[in-house]
Amino acid sequence: MSRSFVQAALAPVILLILWEAASHSGLVDPRFLPPLEQVWIAGRAEWASGDLAAAIRASLARDILGFIVGSTIGTVLGVVIGLSKTTQRLLGPMLVVHRQIALFAWIPLLSAWFGGGEVGKIAFIAMAAFQPTVVNSWRGVANIPQQYRELSMALAFRGLDFLTLIALPGSLAEIFAGLRAALIYAWMATIGAELLLDVAPGLGGRMDEGQHLFEMNLLVFYLIVLAIVGGLFTLATGRLETRLARWRAA
Amino acid sequence: MSYFRSVSQMDDVMAELSIARKKGHELSLARVGKEFGVADRAVTVLSDIGFDVRPGEFLSIVGASGCGKSTLLRLILGLDTVYDGEIRVGGERVLRPGADRAIVFQEHRLLPWLTAEANVAVALRRSPLSKAERREKVAGLLHLVGLDHAAQAYPAQLSGGMAQRVAIARALVSDPRLLLLDEPLGALDALTRLRLQDELKRIVADEGITTVLVTHDVEEAVYLGNRVIVMQPNPGRIAEIVPISESYARDRSDPFFIARRDEILTQLGVGHSTVKGLSEVEARIDAA
Repeated sequence: MSRSFVQAALAPVILLILWEAASHSGLVDPRFLPPLEQVWIAGRAEWASGDLAAAIRASLARDILGFIVGSTIGTVLGVVIGLSKTTQRLLGPMLVVHRQIALFAWIPLLSAWFGGGEVGKIAFIAMAAFQPTVVNSWRGVANIPQQYRELSMALAFRGLDFLTLIALPGSLAEIFAGLRAALIYAWMATIGAELLLDVAPGLGGRMDEGQHLFEMNLLVFYLIVLAIVGGLFTLATGRLETRLARWRAA
Repeated sequence: MSYFRSVSQMDDVMAELSIARKKGHELSLARVGKEFGVADRAVTVLSDIGFDVRPGEFLSIVGASGCGKSTLLRLILGLDTVYDGEIRVGGERVLRPGADRAIVFQEHRLLPWLTAEANVAVALRRSPLSKAERREKVAGLLHLVGLDHAAQAYPAQLSGGMAQRVAIARALVSDPRLLLLDEPLGALDALTRLRLQDELKRIVADEGITTVLVTHDVEEAVYLGNRVIVMQPNPGRIAEIVPISESYARDRSDPFFIARRDEILTQLGVGHSTVKGLSEVEARIDAA
């Protein structure tokens, strides 16, 4: 085991020990902070019944759909904006202001437009994925050095040449950082939508049940599931990014 | 005054020129002027620039920093079309960049996400050649600049001199009729620079492309150019046009070239009696 792993694991382990000690010693009410073994029991029951798998599947499907819709619109729009100074002047300020509005503040409006069901949830997730992708791809393309724009003129590039040979590869890192952020935002929005909009199958739905049945161990178990799924997302995007930007490592 | 010093040299020259004239375009500038607006004030960067470059000729332009020599290249390339006077390449007025002109910048400007080979190939993006013909052309140019072995390398893996050679290959691959060199060797170390000067001389002579080199290295200008235009700043204008030699066959230590170099240095306000070394000269010109 590496030294850094031990160091990283130190704080969580101490926290778990304190947690376990607190709920057993009667210092805290175990109904509010269930001991670890209770969380484990809830987790095994969720696994055995198939509820865990079904919930993950439902949430991920929602998350991915919303992510694809939002990040596609965001990336395409951002690249288009970044390509021209005029579009930057026309749309830039609006998008900057749009970003200042807290994501969850859109819920009432979006649920009025799209309802609290599946469409409303996906619209909200898409909005979450849209924000970082539009800003990053816009900045990425706009920040392509002037020398490369000049080069593209000197080489008499036409049509999509500048976009495909210079703008897209040159802003790949920023676009990717945006997509990565969007994946995390979309995942947060997925759980938010499941908790705040209509109850539906999914991780948020299971947590909602834990809250209503006052089964804190179920709630805590799903919190841990959320952390693991989020962590896997981050790991996967990091890998992909390294592969796509081979030239950088060269 | 004749710059041919022997009959046999003259024969060489004629042989070279007959090859050269097949490919290069003529370049002519008439009363070219350029102003930039700086804080509500118009600053004249170039004033009354006029000269002709014969097909296949190698013209060097030297001058202190700020004499507008790089701006002049941008105008000839067609990057900037707002200017007074007239610039014609092969008889056609320059209205925009075109495939008949190519440039090598001081920085290589290779695309970091493409291999050396792919970087050369981008210049053939709009070429009517078939895929196989393009591949052959790119390979041929990489061979010409001595980089066959580095075709698959990314720019970050290349030394400064190698990257600049790829940039030269990229400029030449589309068969330009006019090659513009904007201090292409200025960022390289002294040894690499000398080596690349020889390579440039060989390539340009072989290909017969009309070439305009902008540099602040007087020795380089004299060594490579058939003629050297000396420019003065504020506003950028032609101080003198110094004929060097019609031939490309030359030797750095030839007293004839040393005399031309000293003549130009004097013109630039650097007395040749004080000239000791190349670097000192450059420092003086930069400071001027």
